[in-house]
Amino acid sequence: MARSDPLADRLFGWLAKAAALLTLGLLIAILVSLTISAWPAIDKYGLGFLTRTTWDPVKQDFGGLVMIYGTLMTSFIALLIAVPVSFGIALFLTELAPAWLKRPLGTAIELLAAIPSIVYGMWGLLVFSPVLATYVQQPLQAVFAGVPYMGAFFSGPPVGIGILSAGIILAIMIIPFIAAVMRDVFDVTPTLLKESAYGLGATTWEVVWTVVLPYTKAGVVGGIMLGLGRAIGETMAVTFVIGNFNQLDSLSLFQAANSITSALANEFAEAGQGLHQASLMYLGLVLFFITFIVLSLSKILLSQLKKNEGGQT
Amino acid sequence: MSRGELLLSSTASEQARLARYTQRKFVNRLALTLSLLAMAFGLFWLAWILFETVRLGVGGLNLATLTQMTPPPNDAGGLANAIYGSFLMVLLATLVGTPIGIMAGIYLAEFDSQGWLAQVTRFVNDILLSAPSIVIGLFVYAVVVTRFKSFSGYAGVMALALIVIPVVIRTTENMLQLVPAGLREAAYALGAPKWKVILSITLRASRAGVLTGILLAVARIAGETAPLLFTALSNQFWSSSLSEPMASLPVTIFKFAMSPYENWQKLAWAGVFLITLAVLGLNILARVLTRSKT
Repeated sequence: MARSDPLADRLFGWLAKAAALLTLGLLIAILVSLTISAWPAIDKYGLGFLTRTTWDPVKQDFGGLVMIYGTLMTSFIALLIAVPVSFGIALFLTELAPAWLKRPLGTAIELLAAIPSIVYGMWGLLVFSPVLATYVQQPLQAVFAGVPYMGAFFSGPPVGIGILSAGIILAIMIIPFIAAVMRDVFDVTPTLLKESAYGLGATTWEVVWTVVLPYTKAGVVGGIMLGLGRAIGETMAVTFVIGNFNQLDSLSLFQAANSITSALANEFAEAGQGLHQASLMYLGLVLFFITFIVLSLSKILLSQLKKNEGGQT
Repeated sequence: MSRGELLLSSTASEQARLARYTQRKFVNRLALTLSLLAMAFGLFWLAWILFETVRLGVGGLNLATLTQMTPPPNDAGGLANAIYGSFLMVLLATLVGTPIGIMAGIYLAEFDSQGWLAQVTRFVNDILLSAPSIVIGLFVYAVVVTRFKSFSGYAGVMALALIVIPVVIRTTENMLQLVPAGLREAAYALGAPKWKVILSITLRASRAGVLTGILLAVARIAGETAPLLFTALSNQFWSSSLSEPMASLPVTIFKFAMSPYENWQKLAWAGVFLITLAVLGLNILARVLTRSKT
């Protein structure tokens, strides 16, 4: 084949290879350029930046703990809601729904992932948070008002803006990703295994819980990691509802807070060159680092399942 | 329950077994009900968001929305410059990102698909696919905006193109792998060179799939806000020069929605409606395209 037109062939091969290398280079370029831009802050604070709580652009004193806490806490709440719901949806789509409903319902859930995050944000701020304040936060506060320890989680102004509402909206946004992965990995469970369990008299739930789930657990965890990576990096939806408040003075879930992404979205364009911008770049680097690790884990777990699949069938 | 079984079991163990059976049935029913509720939970949010978007969006939509510039607070106006900016940047980013993505996808599927470069690229690409888009914005800011000392439409195009590439790589590779090997071999047997086999046989055979990938990429960047915030920034006026800050629909919505002015919020809802319509339309179109092919 190379005989007929070696030059054109080689050229085409080089182009393709160059495009692949470009993608690879992109990752390295991102890491390098963020590190260089963040260098003044890295140089000044070192790793201590991650545990400092002050964020004061006026005094030029910066630390990332408030934003890192906000990012991790909102993502944690999101997972707490999204994992069981996604599991239910995947269970419904693989075992329960009649064949003619599987496709439209699956598509509907996937469309939830397609809605741009700015739409979630605006809807969250103007429609969802007032509802949350009136029908969830105020009753919760009334119930837990005098309870020690638990009361602290529900103190603060019940205005529908803060960690809790950001967590809930993130949950809605990552449900489709986790549910889609879970559905796909549930589908790779060999029918023979499932039918054997049914043949022994197991109920649908027992088949899913004791056969399908153990068989697919690497994939399920991979899907959860993928959702976590998405939640950590989500920007607009969080920026709208988290309240952008740079202090950490209570554990309350109703408290306005800040996340890495929303600090970047709100402050970066206005931050003057210098330590403020470098500190924001440092936060971006931390964000990229966390998502890189989470997504790598997800990828490795998901590919492990594929290997098993190849080995056992 | 048959007579033989009854005779075999003593009453006590039979009762225990029956209780256990009832309990298992109950747990099963409970789990399945909960899974039905989870499904309803997911659909509920979709319905609620779409309903509010249409209800509040249509109200702010009229001819002026499409023909007039973004107004100052408490003044009449539209979103024309933002729509134009979005359209231009999305178009250019797709034109820049798609060829690179397709070429890299070809490399992964057709050249050396198990080699170290392909495996590492595939891994990195999957991470870039889900990486926070705001980091892409920071990267382009550091590389382009600080160098040229100005926010610009070009920087916005570059940020969006970097988001297009991984999406197109992923779908192109997957679609090329679906092409039967026999098709390639038949072309080689006729003496076609590799580049010709790829361009006019395999890529052609999978064009619906590749096109779907491009549509999904367009849908993704049409709604992206974060990477534009500090690359293209925004612009209150009509600007067709890409070397100046450029308005875009998502960034304008962000600015208007966070403001206390009623007319801005109304325009933001109209913008949200337009974006949702475009993005969901593209998604559905992409799905229809692949379905008719498979």
